[in-house]
Amino acid sequence: MSDYEHYEALVVGAGPGGAAAAATFANYGIETLVLERGAEAGSKNVSGGLIYAEESAPYTIDDLFPGFREEASERPITKYRIHNLAGDKVESFDLTKLHEHDTEWSDSVLRRKMDSWLEDRVHERTRETGGGLLTGVHVTGLLREEGKIVGVETDELDPITADVIVAADGVNSELARDAGLMDWDEPEEWFQGVKAVVDMPNDVIADRFDVGEDEGAAHLFSGDLFQGVRGGGFLYTNRDTLSLGTVFHLDSLVAEQAEPHELLDAMLTHPLLAQWLGDDYTELEYSAKLVPDSKKVALREPHFGRLLVVGDAAGQMQAQGPIIKGMNHAVTAGALAAEAYAQAKSRNEPEKAGTRYAHLLRSEGVMQKLRPRGYEMFRGVTEDDGVTDIVESVLTSFVGRAGIRALSGQLERLYNVPALSSMIPDTQTPYVTLPTVIAEELGTPVRETSSVTPPSLEERIGDLTYDTDIGNPHITVLDNSWEASGAAVAACPVSAVDFGGGCYREELVRTNGSEERVVSLDTQPCVECGTCAVVADTEWTHPRGDKGVEFKWG
Amino acid sequence: MHTVVLTKGVPDFREGQVSFDEDGHLERGKTPTVMNPNDQFALEAALQTRVRHGGNVSVMSMGPPGYKEVLQEAMESVYADDLYLVSDREMAAADTWATAITLSAAIENLDEMPDIIFAGFKTADGETGHTGPQANWCLDMPLVTHVISLDIDEEERTLRAKRLVEGDIEEIETVEVSLPAFVVTDPEFVPSYRSAGERLTLKDLRAATTERAPDYEDYLTVWDHADINVDPDYIGLDGSPTIVSSVDPIPKAPAEREATMVEPEDVDGMQEVLEAMQSAVGGDAAAAEGD
Repeated sequence: MSDYEHYEALVVGAGPGGAAAAATFANYGIETLVLERGAEAGSKNVSGGLIYAEESAPYTIDDLFPGFREEASERPITKYRIHNLAGDKVESFDLTKLHEHDTEWSDSVLRRKMDSWLEDRVHERTRETGGGLLTGVHVTGLLREEGKIVGVETDELDPITADVIVAADGVNSELARDAGLMDWDEPEEWFQGVKAVVDMPNDVIADRFDVGEDEGAAHLFSGDLFQGVRGGGFLYTNRDTLSLGTVFHLDSLVAEQAEPHELLDAMLTHPLLAQWLGDDYTELEYSAKLVPDSKKVALREPHFGRLLVVGDAAGQMQAQGPIIKGMNHAVTAGALAAEAYAQAKSRNEPEKAGTRYAHLLRSEGVMQKLRPRGYEMFRGVTEDDGVTDIVESVLTSFVGRAGIRALSGQLERLYNVPALSSMIPDTQTPYVTLPTVIAEELGTPVRETSSVTPPSLEERIGDLTYDTDIGNPHITVLDNSWEASGAAVAACPVSAVDFGGGCYREELVRTNGSEERVVSLDTQPCVECGTCAVVADTEWTHPRGDKGVEFKWG
Repeated sequence: MHTVVLTKGVPDFREGQVSFDEDGHLERGKTPTVMNPNDQFALEAALQTRVRHGGNVSVMSMGPPGYKEVLQEAMESVYADDLYLVSDREMAAADTWATAITLSAAIENLDEMPDIIFAGFKTADGETGHTGPQANWCLDMPLVTHVISLDIDEEERTLRAKRLVEGDIEEIETVEVSLPAFVVTDPEFVPSYRSAGERLTLKDLRAATTERAPDYEDYLTVWDHADINVDPDYIGLDGSPTIVSSVDPIPKAPAEREATMVEPEDVDGMQEVLEAMQSAVGGDAAAAEGD
């Protein structure tokens, strides 16, 4: 082998999956190097904001990092409610039972605070193994020798080789794509999340959400408030901020040509939220991220040679109706990947780490949560267009409405059955039609009016911090025709039709008397979510280390 | 590898910090003293040497007792194992020559001769760029100036440096000298850490620096002229061949241009401005007006 710098284990990405892998490697005394592209861990990360410790999980974040809940998280979530909305009518269900199913605890988190806390501990523990954690290093791809993966290449450092490589480089993983395990081809496989962090003093939160110091609330929203786009909204209480966001199926967002920031605003300004947001709305940060739909993309064999893929990079994000779990699975998978390598190595067959990791994901029940059998079995029927049409027409008919009224006493109980949530089909019905009908038939009108005025997209971009890599844009549009890339103008969370300050803009080019509709791209306002990698024809990479957007809250 | 970085305290010339009297003379008492900004590059070069080759970094300055804080700043901003302040009334009012004599004597007074001495490219107050090369004249080492990057071969005891010829970024030459050597860094110097191991060591050193900077005095050695064994006649004002006879302020350019104030609401006035501008750029004022 060439005389490259070598570490036994290399972890790419210092989010919860990478941190868990690194800590577990360190527990086995394995020399571990962690490379993180952000200037600080967490500066590139966004999540809705709830992390779970599942009773059935072999590893949880506080097992691996003692003190996590006291120092790195925000609030325990003790109330969990879903609100079905139709016009100004609302019917709310208490889903605390579903939330507490298999749950040891669940806390709201803000990723900058959480990940930077993890960063310090990971560095300390991996440094003892002879490795350590470096920020500001962007891993660009795999290093191969004689066709085999042996290490990684980066923008900042000379190539590095390792005996095992854990790709925990997030939803837009460049390593998983380099290995051919993931792509950005199908909008059906992804959600797009958009989020606002809102300032709210501790005592105001206590008052408006009726929670004590060690209590917190989560509210979910679905129904007719999102222009028919499949998805929903959330509100989580942090220590002295709120996380409010929306998550939509990307294909639906594209089909409706909806503007993500407008859908977020539709929720923020809904009269139901007036009781919580009051008349003093102060938005601290606007952010966005792509979310994999694990039931479609979670890799059954998330490995290739020495490369083991964990967390969002492997599609391990469980978003099944009101069950939204990602970080906990990343933690479990990260730790299992490291454990798998340690076990394989002790049997003198380190090359079997990958298959062993996939085996552990199955035997520990992780894969069943990510890809529920119920969904797989019924998907052919429940997502069939003909069936969906019948269900939709029945549900909205006199008969369906009568049925909803008849079920009224049992709906809350049904919503709390985990097995039902895991079978929810990926159609209009559960996301839009059913909640709307429930609210129309059973709901009561909201009396408050909203006085929330969300910032404009221009103001939101203006409030973000960027270290722009001038003259070195990280995304290139390969085909700028409207047919190939026009969808990005609306779908990009920092672009909008008729907005000149965003990433993607519509342009009319006149040549020889004819007029062509094309898109142009300016990556300066980019929040690195990856939406355009899916909906437009681009060559997409992350910016170099330290460069691009820097989230202060995440 | 033992390196010494020479640094100097200078008035903080940044706006809001610096203070001048009515005659345009610098008010030293009202202006804070900071580490000479160019010395940052010398410190970075020493740190890069420390990271790649181990050993230790000493930072040295000649000046009044107040320069201790400058040494602290040097320690905080980069990294230093130990600090030396050469300070004595006899050294006051020294020109570059007397300063060079003093510093070279202090370097020779170290337990072991260092492998590399780093200096920054001229100070923000004197702007002569003499002191480093003159100190090296006393030490008689190979001298490389305007260095923008460097590599050291420990076994061969050589230093290979890229340097700007005539301070011009367009013209770069590579030179190789034997150690010990004297290196003057250019403000274009950029440290390079291309291996993870180097960056991890760098991180360790920065953490150690943060920890020890508040207790910098524990790492500080103060020497007077007797300690470094120099004759007072050769240092300070007595040892300075340069006499500054007077300092003249640079006269401000006279404001002789005529100005007419136009309020933005004054439509006719703005039209005149537009026409005046159009004639300068050769455009069509009428077309712009019609828009």
